[in-house]
Amino acid sequence: MVSASKKRVTNLMQEVLRQTMDLACEIVEKKGRRIVVMEVCGTHTTAFARSGLTRYFARVLELRSGSGCPVCVTHQQDIDYIVALASLEEVLMVTFGDMMRVPGSVSSLEQAKARGARVHLCYSPLEALSWAQRYPRKQVILTGIGFETTAPAIASTLLEAKKNHIDNFTIYTTLKLVPPALRALLQKQSFNLDGLILPGHVCAVTGSKAFDFTAWQYGLPSVVTGFAEPDLLAGLFQLLTMIKQNEISVRNAYPSVVREYGNRKAQEIVEQCFAVTDFLWRGFSIIPKSGYRLKGENSIFEARDRFKLELPQAGELPGCRCGEIICGTSSPLQCSLFKDLCTPSKPVGPCMVSAEGACNAYFQHLAEAT
Amino acid sequence: MEHSNHEAVIVSSHGDGGLMTQQLLQELFMPFFNNDWLAQADDAAFLQHRDEALAFSTDSFVVSPLFFPGGDIGKLAVCGTVNDLVVSGAKPLWLSAAFILPEGLSIKRLTRIVRSMAETARLLELPIVTGDTKVANTGDPENLFINTTGIGAVHPRTYLNASRLEAGDAIIITGTIADHGAAILASRLGLDVEELPASDCAPLCYLLDTLEPFLPRIKMMRDPTRGGVATTLKEIALAAGLDLVLEETALKINPRVQAIAESLGVDPLYLASEGRALIITSQEDAAGVIEALRLHPQGKESAIIGSVRPGKGNLCLKTNLGGTRMLQMLSGTPLPRIC
Repeated sequence: MVSASKKRVTNLMQEVLRQTMDLACEIVEKKGRRIVVMEVCGTHTTAFARSGLTRYFARVLELRSGSGCPVCVTHQQDIDYIVALASLEEVLMVTFGDMMRVPGSVSSLEQAKARGARVHLCYSPLEALSWAQRYPRKQVILTGIGFETTAPAIASTLLEAKKNHIDNFTIYTTLKLVPPALRALLQKQSFNLDGLILPGHVCAVTGSKAFDFTAWQYGLPSVVTGFAEPDLLAGLFQLLTMIKQNEISVRNAYPSVVREYGNRKAQEIVEQCFAVTDFLWRGFSIIPKSGYRLKGENSIFEARDRFKLELPQAGELPGCRCGEIICGTSSPLQCSLFKDLCTPSKPVGPCMVSAEGACNAYFQHLAEAT
Repeated sequence: MEHSNHEAVIVSSHGDGGLMTQQLLQELFMPFFNNDWLAQADDAAFLQHRDEALAFSTDSFVVSPLFFPGGDIGKLAVCGTVNDLVVSGAKPLWLSAAFILPEGLSIKRLTRIVRSMAETARLLELPIVTGDTKVANTGDPENLFINTTGIGAVHPRTYLNASRLEAGDAIIITGTIADHGAAILASRLGLDVEELPASDCAPLCYLLDTLEPFLPRIKMMRDPTRGGVATTLKEIALAAGLDLVLEETALKINPRVQAIAESLGVDPLYLASEGRALIITSQEDAAGVIEALRLHPQGKESAIIGSVRPGKGNLCLKTNLGGTRMLQMLSGTPLPRIC
């Protein structure tokens, strides 16, 4: 049933798995407590849970989710603004799928759509331009949500719109930068932390150097790794080796994709369109120099400026601990709403909605029937 | 969370076949419609008329795009209802077809769809004996809705019910998973990939003939459509009050499907199949069932993918690495992610 080569790979992985477990047990014995490792990226949270590694190591290793889910860190005020924009008669909103079910103070995009708002899902941001050309009398708004990984695609969409003089198109820009948020998180960190798993895709754009501060400023062993099962395991093995040997540095366990200085081409196109600015994050409030805004003449493509909506100040959602979960100070299991009052079909906060949200990963892959 | 200043409305997730669909049925429809037949909550209702045991099933089809690699809404509408009858242990006898036609739909496209339905039904020697058409202004000329209803004769020696499951039983699937869901996602998004995955959309009638000698001992059959293999098996686990354990290494996924799922960040375990059956049978019969299935061209890839264990209704996946992951019912249509 299973091919011979697949079997060999599986056997090899089993061997690495055993060795990683041995290593973890050794460290636990020495420390007298569980190892705590933060995976900064939401895709890692999900990938670890899906691979079964989270449960496998649970006795010796706590994986703490960090601030790396773009939907989760989007401030309530931005969510409300996007929903309000989508509800305008003349607007056609184009968005990535994860945004649809994020609860706003009044409504989610999915609910707004059910009440008649025009909301279209896209796979590539360039699809927004086709909508704009197909419906010249509509105002097409693209939700520019994401991290360093999404920014280049949003930038090239903007350049394409400029080139083709597409005027009925704007972007609601909430693009954020991972290193400043990680810095803010580590500054206010109030829990034991033994090492970091750094986001492979973000590092592919920024370069692993952008995260050097985790080692020299915060003294944390850190590993850049990928998302496939062998990557997860290799990254974890390297990180535990570093923790054991007290090696304080940033190692790149994803060299096929990540280089020291990242992807220059992507960085250039982003620099052409955006300037770095202070930004409002859920869980953190304002983090200095942590986001992108459209710069110079590009700012005429900013949806906030074109529509200038006045919205009531948005507070945190009542009872929701997403803010703490994003900062790593709480785990989803510590939230009293988790699983009973907050589920993916009735989410209270964004971490339960997004496929990369910590609560969603815990609910989907780790929760048992009771 | 209830958004108090807005009345609740139907959202697209209510139609994904997962948790929200279940809630809608349990909280809204069941209190009004409840009766013994509906309470069986199977893919088909079992009706006794004099000496005849009949299965009765209905399904509506909304799919965008109307044509996709491997099929179209017409073929899907016939196969969908046929398969619900087949996995209920019934041989389909008659079919109805009702159309809600959107203003502006091209007659040429409608002809292609109706021809495709007719061809699929003809191959199965299944007459479409009654029907209806209405025209609605839905604002989009591609918004075609088809409903099909089927009546079948229940095989005399079948009793398919989750209550028959026992620890040790084998879980079998008749082929690769997620083909239909991936084909629809890929064509809906207009993905610019060289070879799109094709839907597995096909009638499962062969199952009843191939599995004839085993039918009395087969405990459960379902087709993993909306919500995919994970949702279907989780429903069975909950109904049986036992744990089901799936082996990731035994699941077969077409590489093109895998590629689409990975790049969109959706899980193949939650993507629909439209031409596969899940079969649960005793461990002793499992090898024989697989052998019989593999003799048929549609069942060549049949495999044991897991087993039933004592428990409380969990669905667990033993991962390639040997870890365990819990699987829940689908909640919310799988949506492409951001990064």
